[in-house]
Amino acid sequence: MKKLITTLLALCLTTTASFSDVKLGIIIGFTGPIESLTPDMAAGAELAIDEVNKSGSFSMGNVSGIRADSTCIDSSAATAAAERLITSDKVNGIMGADCSGVTTAILQQVAMANGMVMVSPSATSPALSTVEDNNLFFRTAPSDARQGQVIADILQEKGMKNVAISYVNNDYGKGLAASIEENHKAAGGTVTISAPHEDDKGDYSAEVGALAQAGGDILIVAGYLNSGGKGIIQASLDAGAFDQFFLPDGMIGESLPNDIGSGLNGSIGTVPGTDSPGAATFGDLAKAAGFKNGPFAMESYDAAALMLLAMEATKSSDSQVYKFAIDEIANAPGEKIYPGELGKALDLVKAGKDIDYVGASAVELVGGGESAGNYAQIEVQNGKNETVAYR
Amino acid sequence: MDFFNAIALITNFILLPGLTYGSQLALGALGVTLIYAVLRFSNFAHGEIMSFGAMVCILFTWLGQSYGVSFGFLPTALLFVPVAMIFTILYCMLIEKFVFSYYRKKKSNPIIFLIASIGVMFFTAGLIRFIIGPSDQSFNDGVRFIFTVREFKTLTGLNEGFGLKTSQAITILTTIILCSLLFFFLNSTRTGKSMRAFSDNEDLALLSGIDPNKVVLLTWIIAGGLATFAGVLYGLDKIYKPFIFLQMLLPIFSAAIVGGVGNPLGAFIGGYIIALSELFVTFAYKKVLGYLLPENLEPTTMMQFLSTDYKFAVSFIILVIVLIIKPTGIFSGKTI
Repeated sequence: MKKLITTLLALCLTTTASFSDVKLGIIIGFTGPIESLTPDMAAGAELAIDEVNKSGSFSMGNVSGIRADSTCIDSSAATAAAERLITSDKVNGIMGADCSGVTTAILQQVAMANGMVMVSPSATSPALSTVEDNNLFFRTAPSDARQGQVIADILQEKGMKNVAISYVNNDYGKGLAASIEENHKAAGGTVTISAPHEDDKGDYSAEVGALAQAGGDILIVAGYLNSGGKGIIQASLDAGAFDQFFLPDGMIGESLPNDIGSGLNGSIGTVPGTDSPGAATFGDLAKAAGFKNGPFAMESYDAAALMLLAMEATKSSDSQVYKFAIDEIANAPGEKIYPGELGKALDLVKAGKDIDYVGASAVELVGGGESAGNYAQIEVQNGKNETVAYR
Repeated sequence: MDFFNAIALITNFILLPGLTYGSQLALGALGVTLIYAVLRFSNFAHGEIMSFGAMVCILFTWLGQSYGVSFGFLPTALLFVPVAMIFTILYCMLIEKFVFSYYRKKKSNPIIFLIASIGVMFFTAGLIRFIIGPSDQSFNDGVRFIFTVREFKTLTGLNEGFGLKTSQAITILTTIILCSLLFFFLNSTRTGKSMRAFSDNEDLALLSGIDPNKVVLLTWIIAGGLATFAGVLYGLDKIYKPFIFLQMLLPIFSAAIVGGVGNPLGAFIGGYIIALSELFVTFAYKKVLGYLLPENLEPTTMMQFLSTDYKFAVSFIILVIVLIIKPTGIFSGKTI
């Protein structure tokens, strides 16, 4: 037993003491409620690191990625893992975290205390837009505040003045509902009711009863497609309360039109997505590297690439220095950079030229370093989610 | 016209859903109350037995569908309810044999039975997740509506309307038939009378030659059969989801206690009282009052007593009020 422990300890020591010159921490929930998404996200970030290493144009030597588990929901486990990345692995930047709750915890308790740059690929809570971050926090995922705006725009175009909102009673639902309500009212519309629903109940007729009495042209269901959101839609159709539904990103998936059937035809929705050429290129690169272009894999690639390009532009791997270059790299003016062109980008910034990193997810940073956000507008036609436009 | 609009609204959002949900609760509460009356303990495993019955029915429905069996415009699952009942009753007998008979022989306190039933509840819940998994299953394959809200509106020319789902009609009809049969059985047949006698006074019943084993067996058969119907009807009308049967225990027990636990008629009425009051209290009356009141008095707020989040609290409040004012329940069952 003693021998085993010593060997294990020795193993741990050798693995942590890697000899790279620049290290990126990749902290996402390898266990927990989104564990099915994270392997592809990590592979996306590592693809960017690989590409930079292979190009040979990175002037600070070899780059390596070090994985850590954020668990998505357990803030104390996540902060401990982030603390370990910074103090014992001595990373130069953090790609992560994934879920909004743990991202806030790591930012406030670890990243700010240690002055470390964090670029999150998937935290979408509007609260992260206004949080105090000493310019250290960026995200390549759009805030739900932005989705609320896009939804309000679509409603405006379709001429829907009176809307009812049913949201799932958690941070995602509340944040998104508040953002939709604010934007819709600002555009001159009325929200007849904004009521919460709980997931995993058998019967939603009472909830739908209240929604129906308030009425509206369309019911916005800010929930999850495999749980309460589906229940609300089914009960609304049964009671004849609403004919048309608005489906935000949590409600977009093939299973919903399959389960509900023809009643969902004509409903509209939004989901993060872009028609930028970068997305297609990234899909090919992912296939070649042997992983799936799953949700937020593009954002992860972009997050890692942005940090490395910013380091090269400032010739420094110190967070306090390169944090100021990230906005500039991501935005115009300059030559547009797509996935697979990181080598070219490194050469350009080394020569002191401006670049405009577009990447896989059409990155455009606004308002203190978060993605402006690109959404695909969905319409349910003949039992299928069809993309009708990009915004 | 306005009056009829208001009636249609209330029918669509309160009466029909309330009667359907009430029927499902009544079937569940009848099982609970029978077990309490005859076997003298509160069976917390009853919700999971309902779930078990529904699960078996779903499995056989899938099997039947793979052979092309269908029941026309009615859901196929109805064909397989008898099979599911047999399996559920067998399961109930297994529980009786391996768990409860031991405590009955030892003449244990009812509280020991109750705790044992909680153990059975967890075991059954685990078994169900093991067999069919934790996710929800939709197995209603018949015609969904007898008439929809829109059809009603075009037919009558009203602004508001109500729709009738096939599952709602099936649930209400089945409950009425089953309960009539049950009351006939308990009141008019020799076996039913022996059950009631056993429930009233066990020692006297034994002295007059009633076989206790037969009575116990019969109670499980009735409770298991009713539970299967309750589970299948709930699943047809809403959705089958293993997790919700634990949540349903509270309204089922409230229904049994409000009506008077141990009294079958009480459980039947109690189910409807709980279901309808849950909906009446959490409904928003804005539109209804808008139709009924003169124009200048139309409400601008939602006119809702309680948010729908507190739906389950309603059955709890009713339970507490009944226990304070009339602990034996409306129809004077036994005190707990």
